[in-house]
Amino acid sequence: MDKQTQMLFAGIGAILILASVIGRVLKWRSGGTPNPVIDNLNARINAWWVMVLVIGIAFWLGQWAVILLFYAVSFYALREFLTLTPTRRSDYPALVAAFYLALPLQYLLIAADWYGLFSIFIPVYVFLLLPILASLGGDTTRFLERASKVQWGLMIAVFCVSFVPALLTLDIAGFEGRNLLLIAYLVIVVQLSDVLQYVCGKLFGKRKIAPNLSPSKTVEGFVGGVALASLIGGCLWFITPFNFWQSMLIALLINLLGFAGGIVMSAIKRDRGVKDWGHMIEGHGGMLDRLDSVCFAAPIFFHLVRFWWA
Amino acid sequence: MFESLVALGITVAARTITGARSLWLGSSPQAVQRIYFANHSSHGDFVLLWASLPPALRRNTRPVAGADYWQKSPIRRYIINRVFNGVLIDRDSSDPAYDPLQPMLKALEAGDSLIIFPEGTRNLEDGLLPFKSGIYHLAWRCRQVELIPVWIANLNRVMPKGRVLPLPLLCTTSFGAPLQLEYGESKEDFLSRSREALLALDPEQH
Repeated sequence: MDKQTQMLFAGIGAILILASVIGRVLKWRSGGTPNPVIDNLNARINAWWVMVLVIGIAFWLGQWAVILLFYAVSFYALREFLTLTPTRRSDYPALVAAFYLALPLQYLLIAADWYGLFSIFIPVYVFLLLPILASLGGDTTRFLERASKVQWGLMIAVFCVSFVPALLTLDIAGFEGRNLLLIAYLVIVVQLSDVLQYVCGKLFGKRKIAPNLSPSKTVEGFVGGVALASLIGGCLWFITPFNFWQSMLIALLINLLGFAGGIVMSAIKRDRGVKDWGHMIEGHGGMLDRLDSVCFAAPIFFHLVRFWWA
Repeated sequence: MFESLVALGITVAARTITGARSLWLGSSPQAVQRIYFANHSSHGDFVLLWASLPPALRRNTRPVAGADYWQKSPIRRYIINRVFNGVLIDRDSSDPAYDPLQPMLKALEAGDSLIIFPEGTRNLEDGLLPFKSGIYHLAWRCRQVELIPVWIANLNRVMPKGRVLPLPLLCTTSFGAPLQLEYGESKEDFLSRSREALLALDPEQH
């Protein structure tokens, strides 16, 4: 771990301490009466400690550990997605291929630094393979819908998520050996945007922005959260190959994508009649609830950097 | 000693693959004598239900299973008899004097709890088959035993019939409120009431 990464984690640690203190004070001021908003806030902060610790350990262990970490993240996300999207008995071969073939191969291709294949493996080859496997069972009931569910699950939970560790494969002149910081930048900016949208929404939120899709998101939260997170993204330019203005504009773009990701994934949840994808992360819901914005931001961020900087 | 290691291995595997989330919706995990009755779609059903109970309750909660399947190989015999202490029922006995209820009643008299699947066979479609009358006779003979409906969700997708490799999808076992046979309640009424109580726990029904 280099000096900058240590500083970064020290900074995140300081913010989390501050957040924990605020959470305790709010709890103390509420006088011990159970308050769902404050209790959920504290559960979220505690979960953040665990998540930062896990990412910190992976960063400390190095690139391989980070690739393995996101492999696990993809696995849990795919599992949540396919659990909530019912398939039929004849989809078994397609689901086996999703969990035991497409998921490990995608991460092997990233570890092998094979851009030409990892960028089209799932969207082209697996895209065609899955409906072939699904057709073997001879069951035509809701065929297109079932095939799309498995394809969508793999695209969101495996393909899109894998573009976070794929940042390690980029060769950027003058930025050699520092690619982990690109991951840190992406994750920090997008997650801060989520957190600040939540905070601004709770403090100033009045007008709902998409009442049918995501009842908790407000215009005030959206504008405040995205603006603040983009500003912080600009201030993080020193850990990136970008200058301040580039860094801020990129942060703005990935925050907008992250917001859209939250809305889209929320639409799927509402349609299935659930509030959360899972129960893995106390206070947050499932892995996909924490990851929806990263899914949508990661591939675009990757290609942006690859096109103009690598 | 070795049996408990095998049991631990099977339990850990079942919980890891499925995420095994237990929801106690109308009852709590207490050490009282019970008959857990669940939907049946996979041979793994009783394993997951058993693994979803707190360890203290597992020891004297015994699965009721079909002898035709479980007597077939030495490994199956070992697992059902020694590891899970199962109550085996001969479903296709030709002996007219054979009463399939007898082994279950004996286990209940000994103070054990049971896991039963009142559909009588694995259901490969959604929903629930009509109940066989066994559950009514048990409820009639052992009125003091609580009947707990348990909906096992998603396990038919984890291990579909005839497949060996499990899929790591998340499963939830929902434990409902205890039921008892009411005085004067007819067999048909009780069978449909207990079936409705189980169906009400299926999240897909809402």
